[in-house]
Amino acid sequence: MAAIEVTGLSVRYGEREAVRGVSFSAAAGEVTAVLGPNGAGKTSTIEVCEGYRRAAAGQVRVLGLDPSTQQRLLSERMGVMLQEGGVYPGARVLDTVRHYCALYGKGVDPVALTAQVGLTERSTSTWRRLSGGERQRLSLALALAARPEVAFLDEPTAGVDVHGRDTIRSIVRGLADAGCAVVLATHELDEAERLADRVVIFDSGEIIADGTLAELRAGHDEIRFRSDPSLDVLALAADLGMVASRVGPDEFVIDAPSTPRVMALLAGWLAERDLPLTDLRAGAQRLEDVFRRLLSEVER
Amino acid sequence: MSRLGSQVRTEVGLVVRNGEQLLLTLVIPVMLLVFFSLVDVLPTGGVDAVEFLAPGILALAVMSTAMVSLGIATGFERSYHVLKRLGTTPLGRPRLVAAKTLAVAAVELVQFAVLIGVAALLGWSPSASGWLPALGGVVLGTLAFSGIGLTLAGRLRGEINLAAQNTLYLVLLLGGGLVISVEEFPSALRETARVLPSGALADILRDSLGQSVEHVTTSWIVLGAWAVVGPLLAAALFRWD
Repeated sequence: MAAIEVTGLSVRYGEREAVRGVSFSAAAGEVTAVLGPNGAGKTSTIEVCEGYRRAAAGQVRVLGLDPSTQQRLLSERMGVMLQEGGVYPGARVLDTVRHYCALYGKGVDPVALTAQVGLTERSTSTWRRLSGGERQRLSLALALAARPEVAFLDEPTAGVDVHGRDTIRSIVRGLADAGCAVVLATHELDEAERLADRVVIFDSGEIIADGTLAELRAGHDEIRFRSDPSLDVLALAADLGMVASRVGPDEFVIDAPSTPRVMALLAGWLAERDLPLTDLRAGAQRLEDVFRRLLSEVER
Repeated sequence: MSRLGSQVRTEVGLVVRNGEQLLLTLVIPVMLLVFFSLVDVLPTGGVDAVEFLAPGILALAVMSTAMVSLGIATGFERSYHVLKRLGTTPLGRPRLVAAKTLAVAAVELVQFAVLIGVAALLGWSPSASGWLPALGGVVLGTLAFSGIGLTLAGRLRGEINLAAQNTLYLVLLLGGGLVISVEEFPSALRETARVLPSGALADILRDSLGQSVEHVTTSWIVLGAWAVVGPLLAAALFRWD
């Protein structure tokens, strides 16, 4: 059974319909990335799942509970990380973690939890004195204090340095591996690509794609490479009999499966013209390309 | 520690560590009490300065804690999404409101201990039998001021709320006759002062603790009305995020 089941959900702000009849599910033990441009309806949908906002229509079940009427029961089993803030600015790190451990009452050791997110040395610092990355790690710790069965994490690595990102990704992966249903709202497609088992893409209040990364990439192999900016992309496409396009001043993409024959054709074509071939990458589309393709298909 | 206990400890800890709130809730009332008791510059309607001032300063203490301190802190908690975050935990809104109420009561207890002690050193001798009605006035005043403070905190942005709370504090301090007898006010202002919660609470405390106040029944009605209207307004208008 899915940990989160959303069916025909609509959210309204006055006359404006921010979410229009969306349906999706998220499984326990998986990271489900929720992607989409600003104002696409991601946050509204997640807030309904958290029990924070009322739905105008549709049905939502989280761990079998209705968040709008059973939020108290749900809150015992749910961890939430807001995109920003959510902590008393004058409160110290360890005091805050200790407070949330007491609120959830799950027997989590606040000292160990502070260490887990790498903030032991900042235990006595107040929230307002923390860097952006440290704030994100503290915010994640507060979600972990719940020993959650379902976790809603909004932009968990925004503004975090490389080391901090690795720490957060490892914790998020560990949460899912321990059986938690993790819903990750993010703008960072690279983040979703690294962490997500499943991806749900929102646009203009609707879901335009929902599936595993492999499913979203299926049938969209490509060969991506760099060469001289003078490369004639129209001639390349005509000579190879394939769709080719320029995606940067010296970056090109051919929509084709990365077979040895196609690779040989490309290499031969460039060699005949004495053009360089660098940063060659062949295979499935990156999530960023899938995302752009889907959005452009919707716009068309 | 229980959820409620942890929330109360957090709320009180934040007040204690916040210098501006300590200044507002303790330092300013003590300074006003000491200065105007020792320097005879205020028109107090023929009553000894400390006898007149002490009940008014106690009313000021209630207002600064229950309205300004609570209102400013809650306004910033809204702006920083602290309330939204707490709303996703098992704490629940009733326990959050209870924790804030207990935190206000704890701070008021400390304020009263300090202010009554200082006033006694300055020669204040309140009527011993008046503490029970005075306590009733303090409870009503706390409800009224909390309602007003939370109404502003629940509607205005953090910085605007800060300015509004401080402005209202000054208006209610001066307009309510807390440190200057309303008998010295022009007649129109005098009538206005009688319907302010600060003036009503000060009158009730003065009457309970030893001075006879002519319109004290009106003051009880006025403060009682504010104690109902304030929280109702806050409940109706408060936005958690």
